[in-house]
Amino acid sequence: MLRKSSIWIEAIRSGLIGGAIALLLCLIGIVVALDHKMIISGVISMGQILVFAPVLIFASTTARRSATKTAYTLLLGAVAGLSSGAILTALIFLGQVINLRAMFINASPDLYKLLTFGLPVGAGIPLLLAVAAITGLLGAAVLLPPARVRRTLSQAVLWTALIGLLRDLIMTVIQTWGPAALLVRWMYAASGLTLLGAIFLLALIGGVAYWRYGRSKQTRVNKQSPKQKRWARWGSLAVLALIMILLPHILGIFFSDILDNVGLYILMGLGLNIVVGFAGLLDLGYVAFFAIGAYTMGVLTSPELAATPLTYWQALPFSLGVAVLSGFVLGLPVLKMRGDYLAIVTLGFGEIVRLLVLSDWLRPWLGGTQGIQHIAHPIIGPLDFGSQQMLYYVILAGIVITTFIATRLKDSRLGRSWMALREDEDVAKAMGINHVTTKLLAFMSGAFFAGLGGTLFAAKLSSAYPQSFQLLVSINVVSLIIIGGMGSIPGVIVGGLVLMGLPEILREFAEYRYLVYGALLVAMMLLRPEGLLPEARRRLELHEEKELAPVEEPQPALKNPGGRR
Amino acid sequence: MAILTAKKVTKRFGGLEALGKIDLEVKEQGIHSIIGPNGAGKTTFFNCVTGFYTSEEGEIFLENRNITGLSPDRVTHLGVARTYQNIRLFQNMTVVENILVGMHPLLKSNLLGAILHDPRTMKEEHEAVEEAKRLLQFVGLTGKGDLMAKNLPYGQQRRLEIARALASKPHLLLLDEPTAGMNPSETQEMMNFIRHLRDELGITILLIEHQMRVVMGISELITVLDFGVKIAEGTPDEIQKDARVIEAYLGRGAASGLANKVLQ
Repeated sequence: MLRKSSIWIEAIRSGLIGGAIALLLCLIGIVVALDHKMIISGVISMGQILVFAPVLIFASTTARRSATKTAYTLLLGAVAGLSSGAILTALIFLGQVINLRAMFINASPDLYKLLTFGLPVGAGIPLLLAVAAITGLLGAAVLLPPARVRRTLSQAVLWTALIGLLRDLIMTVIQTWGPAALLVRWMYAASGLTLLGAIFLLALIGGVAYWRYGRSKQTRVNKQSPKQKRWARWGSLAVLALIMILLPHILGIFFSDILDNVGLYILMGLGLNIVVGFAGLLDLGYVAFFAIGAYTMGVLTSPELAATPLTYWQALPFSLGVAVLSGFVLGLPVLKMRGDYLAIVTLGFGEIVRLLVLSDWLRPWLGGTQGIQHIAHPIIGPLDFGSQQMLYYVILAGIVITTFIATRLKDSRLGRSWMALREDEDVAKAMGINHVTTKLLAFMSGAFFAGLGGTLFAAKLSSAYPQSFQLLVSINVVSLIIIGGMGSIPGVIVGGLVLMGLPEILREFAEYRYLVYGALLVAMMLLRPEGLLPEARRRLELHEEKELAPVEEPQPALKNPGGRR
Repeated sequence: MAILTAKKVTKRFGGLEALGKIDLEVKEQGIHSIIGPNGAGKTTFFNCVTGFYTSEEGEIFLENRNITGLSPDRVTHLGVARTYQNIRLFQNMTVVENILVGMHPLLKSNLLGAILHDPRTMKEEHEAVEEAKRLLQFVGLTGKGDLMAKNLPYGQQRRLEIARALASKPHLLLLDEPTAGMNPSETQEMMNFIRHLRDELGITILLIEHQMRVVMGISELITVLDFGVKIAEGTPDEIQKDARVIEAYLGRGAASGLANKVLQ
């Protein structure tokens, strides 16, 4: 426990940090940019949330440290909030005195207007300080009620904010659904929720959360017999399948296009997960295989380049074969490399491939800067998978197949060899694992799935350009694996949806996409380094139903007693 | 008949001769110890046998087959398994998976079998898991199979490492300080266990050990290395009386009575 005086200093310091973060967000322009994005129309905008969220979070953290949970805690929160407010006030004052815009282009009149709630400075600043203090107070206040209420409140607020944020998506999806569409139209304003709609949602979600609290999932599942469980599992799988099949028609063409992009990233993520997640080989040139798949498909099917253009399906085996072969070719020189060295070499490989397709030297065969047009797309009998909505099914099938293969491989002798190499290469060799073939197989499997993604990417755009295969693609795929959870197959899928899907839906963020990305990666590494859905190891000794014996604490004290090594 | 024969094995690191013309014969189904002060070249010798180092000179034979210069995985396939001085488990894999990796040379499943789950692969996997459970029981780790290896206590990690080495059904087991960091009762248990391995499974044991009580207690033959050179070889009784060994351990001029006390 901290001493009383130091706790106040702590509260002020924490409030200042919160204020500094809010200040930073203001000065990079994201606050003003998102001010027109309403969450509750006329009441609160996304920009305002961005200003006050750090204030709330830091006030809440400081209040949590105080031992007693009383009015004293509330005061701590208010002090922290007030200190945050002071920083923003300082910004406004400074903006009045000197022209900050010379240095900070985003310190615009719009920003000051937002911070003073549209009032003149004299009235706006006291209001800003009051709101900041109240925000801090609220941050502390959420700690006081019992857990059930706390959870209800936080869930209601978070979900309502999310539903307000996703207005465009939800409107597009539900506007054809008769009565539900009426409700949605009543709930939403031109931007964000209406005030009534927000209150309705808060009450509804809060009610559900309150009712569900305590009825934990675990107790419900345990009551079911194995047979019921099996039915439940198949049932939910069937529902999921049905939703996945109907999805492009529910979402319409615009969102289907996003869905295709996300799907391609997930496909690549699943492939790279074999290389990075399973075998522990950090490959930063993964986009090369994607490009090789796309370009092989282009060269073989485009009438511009091929004397006798093949169909998509005819060219597919060749494209995959070339991709796998290139995986082999990359694998050979890097067999003895580990960690950073491997990352640099593979990064170089990715750039070499991009520069080759860009080069004038290979222009007669690969099209140079102009790329390749008129690439074939998959056709099965009367079904033409050329449109975004139809191609979605091919991508979905690709993901299903890849997930299946990756899952099977993971729990096989080969998968175990990959993981052994990842954990300790020398010992893996001593276990009789041939590191040459095992590593090459990892690179080749990864290349196979990236190649598949590449062919679908080419089919989707019916063209391939060197600009599409930047280093950034590789970095995106690595990031989504890290965010989802290294080595975890569901993690890759979730990571793909979060990292690739959300920025596409929230177009307003697009400008700040990589900023949010970076912040997310840093936050993940600090708070949850194992990823959103960490890798789970299969239980082999005991069956799934039985409970695991309590984990005994390792006894590091016993290691190297007496300093012997 | 010797299971392992080393002839004039020499290993140099730059100018340093870590091993100088080591001759060694390990008798089949024997318990043979290599002792020597720190830096004597004991672990280097292990690394030469298992293929991690290639010796500059000399040859190593395993059951009359020349294994000099073979890669580590080839040597393992021929029936050699080892443990490490500082435990080296696959930390982020479960206990059973560690053992399954150890079984690698015995399993045949390939990429296609793994994807298609054909009956042969499934049968092999099933039998492998059963065998792994038997090994768990053998080393007293039943019920711990699904824990992450890193979560086991120290003594159990040692036993798991041995179980992993046994999983490949080796003819020759190299143990690098198996009792390091153990208290007297754990040490006694480990000694019994090593004897048990030889008596029950017929595995030849070659071990590096620092605790004299262990060495003298279970070895049938002892080889003493000092500065990469073999200075003595013999039964525990002979070694305890050997003047050169005493000198290596305690320095020239040490009272032989004191030395004997220490060595016992």
